[in-house]
Amino acid sequence: MTINTILIVLLVLAGVWTVMTARLLRSVIGLAVTSVLLTIIMFRLDSPLAAVFELSVCAGLISAIFISSIGLTQRLTDEQAATKQKERLTRLWFLPVLLVLVGIVMTQLQIPLDFIKQTAPSENDVRIIMWNLRHLDMLGQIVILLAGAFGVVSLFKD
Amino acid sequence: MLSLFLLIPLAVIVMLNLPFKGVMRKLAFGAGLLLAVGQVVVVVLLAMGLLSETDVRVPFTLGLSTDNLTLVLLLSIGIVICTTLLVGWQTIKPEKQRFNFVNLVLIAMIGMNGTVMLSDLFSLYIFIEVTAVSSFLLIAFQRGLNALEGAFKYIVLSATATILMLLAISILLLASGGTSFETVKNSLGQFKDNPLVVLAVGIFICGLFIKGGLVPFHGWLPAAYSAAPAATSIMLAGIATKVAGIYALIRVVTSVFTINGSINNILLIAGVVSILVGAFAAMGQNDFKRMLAYSSISQIGYIILGLGCGTALGIIGAVFHLFNHSIFKTLLFVNSAAVEEQSGTTDMSKLGGLQAKMPVTNATSLIAFLSTAGVPPLAGFWSKLLIVIALWQSGFYTYASIAVIASVLTLAYLLIMQRKVFFGKLADGLQNVQEAGFGINLAASLLAIITIVVGVLFPFIFNSVIMPIGNFIK
Repeated sequence: MTINTILIVLLVLAGVWTVMTARLLRSVIGLAVTSVLLTIIMFRLDSPLAAVFELSVCAGLISAIFISSIGLTQRLTDEQAATKQKERLTRLWFLPVLLVLVGIVMTQLQIPLDFIKQTAPSENDVRIIMWNLRHLDMLGQIVILLAGAFGVVSLFKD
Repeated sequence: MLSLFLLIPLAVIVMLNLPFKGVMRKLAFGAGLLLAVGQVVVVVLLAMGLLSETDVRVPFTLGLSTDNLTLVLLLSIGIVICTTLLVGWQTIKPEKQRFNFVNLVLIAMIGMNGTVMLSDLFSLYIFIEVTAVSSFLLIAFQRGLNALEGAFKYIVLSATATILMLLAISILLLASGGTSFETVKNSLGQFKDNPLVVLAVGIFICGLFIKGGLVPFHGWLPAAYSAAPAATSIMLAGIATKVAGIYALIRVVTSVFTINGSINNILLIAGVVSILVGAFAAMGQNDFKRMLAYSSISQIGYIILGLGCGTALGIIGAVFHLFNHSIFKTLLFVNSAAVEEQSGTTDMSKLGGLQAKMPVTNATSLIAFLSTAGVPPLAGFWSKLLIVIALWQSGFYTYASIAVIASVLTLAYLLIMQRKVFFGKLADGLQNVQEAGFGINLAASLLAIITIVVGVLFPFIFNSVIMPIGNFIK
């Protein structure tokens, strides 16, 4: 329990650093770190396949896409980056505070969790779930990737 | 066969992006237009019973299904995408931009087609996101500063909506063990008093309110619609917001959450507030497109009012108004595209007296505004009448009265628009303005004809076409 709590706190801190840091590249590194922490949490919750997908997609593929897109943009000067970070801190300081407060309130409410359906773990292989049961979702995600590719081309490529 | 509504556009996108880009770029617009026209034809044949879903067997079945609500939306999608491409062909000049535009419109088409044919909450979220992602890019792809700002506002609020929807889906998945409409609906009956499940329903509806641009979550809509390129505004206002927000709301409220007292009240209040806020805000606008954006918010309020009524007639009125709004709002944005292309501005204080210079645009704009205001015998009158009658029959007299009075406000602000842009003396600097090009005029004329024909034929098609729309209500 303690390790899980530490991991969740680190996850939130990594997420906050990702959003608040001055430079885009550091944000991408922060996103990868957040993803790694989430992966560890998923392993601890006995979901190794979900963890592997999270690591490979978020920490791997998405970071690579972000870094290539950042390579097509113009770097901010140090002064511009510092000003933007200060603006962000001034505007968004309340968000982590709000998050913690909501968490405290939710735990105090003692919401009955008896609605959670107790089902046996699925015996289906991940491949069967992805290609047979959720193939429509796979198609949707392929289309989103296509949209992302067109986005990079139309917004960044001269 | 239904999978073809997704697979054919995807195949076209892949083929357009193969080598021989020079040839493909020239074919892109024609391919897109053919797809959109084809969709309209197929849907009409399906609706008339001359074609059935099993007539064409496809090896890939994606678990899609249709009913009358889906057919109305597929028809609207085909018509609006057709219009978007016709206007885009004329208003987007650089060939590379036009090519990217066509690809992104086809991706949006896949997203919208998928959204209206599926029956699973998680898949609904994915295809709504396909529509949203392609919409952001269509707003921003010309890289104008205002457009980038509008797209950014849209992204932020859309991401918020996405988070709410995903949170709700995860709670509902825990409660029901699945995400299909049927599975979730069956489990909701059992846990309707659990506060977390009730919260999940509430935040899912909230997410759809944001996607649909309902008050008080409408902040992104005027910026996105007015800053986007003309052809993109047509797609957003004509169909994208309706599919991603309003259709999804109608579908989940009728097929998953089922209408009860609390949901009724939320929808009625959101509907009437959107009608009034949209109408009053539209009256204060000086920019043509911003006025139309606020008008959209107001008209969407009527659709939500019909849905909130909860009766079959109210829901049929809502769906019928959704179709009519797709047509007349698309037409109004086509008119604004024509004016913007010819005059270079959408600032109504710099426009005036264009009726002689742009007679087709003026005439079609008149038809569109009269339909929007609910003037008989145009299509908009009948759909609003159905909603008002449904509200009155259900005992919601106050809401019905507000809906009628707001029609007068609608007439007022659109009359202001018509007077400022088309009537009166020709404004300085507009002497060289000519009528819009063939593509825009063709689109405008077809949409005006649909508005007139649906309105004039309404008494004859009421029992055979309009009332059967309600067959999807379980």
